Amino acid sequence: MEPFIDPPELPVPAEPEYVLHLFITGATPNSTRAVRNIKDICEQYLKGRYELTIVDIYQQPELAQQEDLIGVPTLIKLRPGLVRRLVGDLSDHERVLKALGLTRTTDDL
Amino acid sequence: MPTQHLPPAALPQLPKAPTGIDGLDEITEGGLPLGRPTLICGSAGCGKTLMGIEFLVRGIQNYNEPGVLMAFEETGPELAANVASLGFDLNSLQERKMLRLDHVHVDRSEIEETGEYDLDGLFIRLGYAIDSIGAKRVVLDTIEALFSGFPNQSVLRSEIRRLFRWLKDKGVTTVITAERGEGTLTRQGLEEYVSDCVILLDNRVIDQITTRRLRIVKYRGSTHGTNEYPYLITEDGISVLPVTSLQLNHEVSDLIDSSGVPALDEMFGRRGFFHGSSVLITGTAGTAKTTLGAAFVHKICSDGKRCLMFVFEESPQQLIRNMRSVGIDLAQWVEKGLLRIEASRPTLNGLERHLVTIHKLVKEFDPHAVVIDPITNLISVGNLAEVRSMLTRLIDYLKVNNITALFTALVNTGVGRSEMTEEGVSSLVDTWISVRDLEGIGERNRGLSILKSRGMAHSNQVREFIVTEHGIELLDVVIGPTGIVTGASRLTQQLQEHAQELAARQEAERRDRELARRRRVLEANIANLRTEFESVEEELRQITTHEQNRQQELLSGKQRIAAANPLLQNPPPANPSGK
Repeated sequence: MEPFIDPPELPVPAEPEYVLHLFITGATPNSTRAVRNIKDICEQYLKGRYELTIVDIYQQPELAQQEDLIGVPTLIKLRPGLVRRLVGDLSDHERVLKALGLTRTTDDL
Repeated sequence: MPTQHLPPAALPQLPKAPTGIDGLDEITEGGLPLGRPTLICGSAGCGKTLMGIEFLVRGIQNYNEPGVLMAFEETGPELAANVASLGFDLNSLQERKMLRLDHVHVDRSEIEETGEYDLDGLFIRLGYAIDSIGAKRVVLDTIEALFSGFPNQSVLRSEIRRLFRWLKDKGVTTVITAERGEGTLTRQGLEEYVSDCVILLDNRVIDQITTRRLRIVKYRGSTHGTNEYPYLITEDGISVLPVTSLQLNHEVSDLIDSSGVPALDEMFGRRGFFHGSSVLITGTAGTAKTTLGAAFVHKICSDGKRCLMFVFEESPQQLIRNMRSVGIDLAQWVEKGLLRIEASRPTLNGLERHLVTIHKLVKEFDPHAVVIDPITNLISVGNLAEVRSMLTRLIDYLKVNNITALFTALVNTGVGRSEMTEEGVSSLVDTWISVRDLEGIGERNRGLSILKSRGMAHSNQVREFIVTEHGIELLDVVIGPTGIVTGASRLTQQLQEHAQELAARQEAERRDRELARRRRVLEANIANLRTEFESVEEELRQITTHEQNRQQELLSGKQRIAAANPLLQNPPPANPSGK
């Protein structure tokens, strides 16, 4: 695993607010796009409040079954709230934000 | 294991992976295409998943080929529980690293599409599962479940195509199951085109009886059976019963099995039926068909051979009791284990299940002869054509196994011979005995005749028979002024003949007596005459004696006189007292 923990915001609480796992398959276009997208989103909206783990399932194929992966790339939001699975290269920012519960209250309804 | 009837072909055959499923390898001529995907499609309740799992389990048990089961609908524990009743222990197979179960959970509500993706996750999972146990067989149970989870159809379709390609490249024999769609074989109309072999399962209810059928829709690069084959889900898994794979080349026997009725044996040129042949006894109700069957059973068992009896009308106890009343004790054979009576209502099972039951019991019991009483009752569970096809297979099966088969069949009164026996079975059986009512003046009598007997001469007579306390007895033929007479007419005829005979005998006796009397009279006369003669003779003899005495005395008198009177030396010229 390659943990991508934001370095400048070290004095955060031990438990970050957002826990995200991104599963990718090597350096395929979809995977690289997904990594770029999630990083952008996190930096933009969750600076200092998240913990992102990126896993290459080519390296750890046994995780594919454990995590019940089908489509790749998949982003699993473990916290906060319900576990959500986001399949795709995360280029649809609006849906990603909605699924992460990051849409502004003004945008809701 | 079904044997493969592959011809010793010079041409290379498509390599195949035997399924190990009873009968399926015969239809597919060896199994599923090796290293290629096969689709099993059908509506709900056809046994698609079961067939997939059996393919894996048989592969492990019979061919030592590890397998991967990827289930999209049921979880591992559910699947294991479902097939445990068939004796498939998935858990132990998993522990032995011969099987890997992977439940793929697809839930639309949990999945959010956020851009482009592929199904590499599935590929990696599957690849990892295959590589971890060296699997040769893969089953994907209802891959279309993916379509409900992922809305992007075009991605899915291309990815599934890629998956099939990838599985082929991996060289694993794959079975994919799919629900049947409207007008297409599958809902998505995709899997049938990317599969190399398509097996269609069907579940049909006709007249409230369910029959499952299987058909090979396509098989790239190989010939295959094209018919619809009935199949069953039994306690041993799936059993497919091919009709046409049976060939007419079974061994024949020259041995003879007695019919159990000595007089009936006499009607056959070889005194019985050929062993391994099939015998049909047809008759109207109450013409002692069952009794004839029981007599045959009794004879087989008396010879120390095993016999299997299927009865569809009576319970074994009832049959034994009824047969005891005609002097056939079947209970002793049951006790000795020579006879097995299997009684069931025909409606208990569909035809195919009956057939399988019979197959199974025959395999288990290995009998010398099989009796089915009556086959016509099976018509209540299927139409004529189905019963016919079932019986064809049954008769073939028994013939191939060299088992003498005796069937009874009920025919309708009046018509004489029913359509079924006429067209259906009669051409299959080797010997056909007809028993019928001979209805005469106010009474019914039973008549028996042989309609055909392949391979031996046989009597052409209609023989009257009676059921006695000692079994069946065929009566001698009585010929009256208008042909063979039976029953009361026969008795009358016999009485008349008897009376005539008696009269003739009495006449002869009377003449004998007259003669004797005459003789006695004559003899008496003779005796009388002899007595008379004797008395006359006696009298005569007395007279003669008297005369002699008198003469004697006279002579002696004269001598005395002469001695006293010398003067009378010369005898006087005449006797003064002369006569």
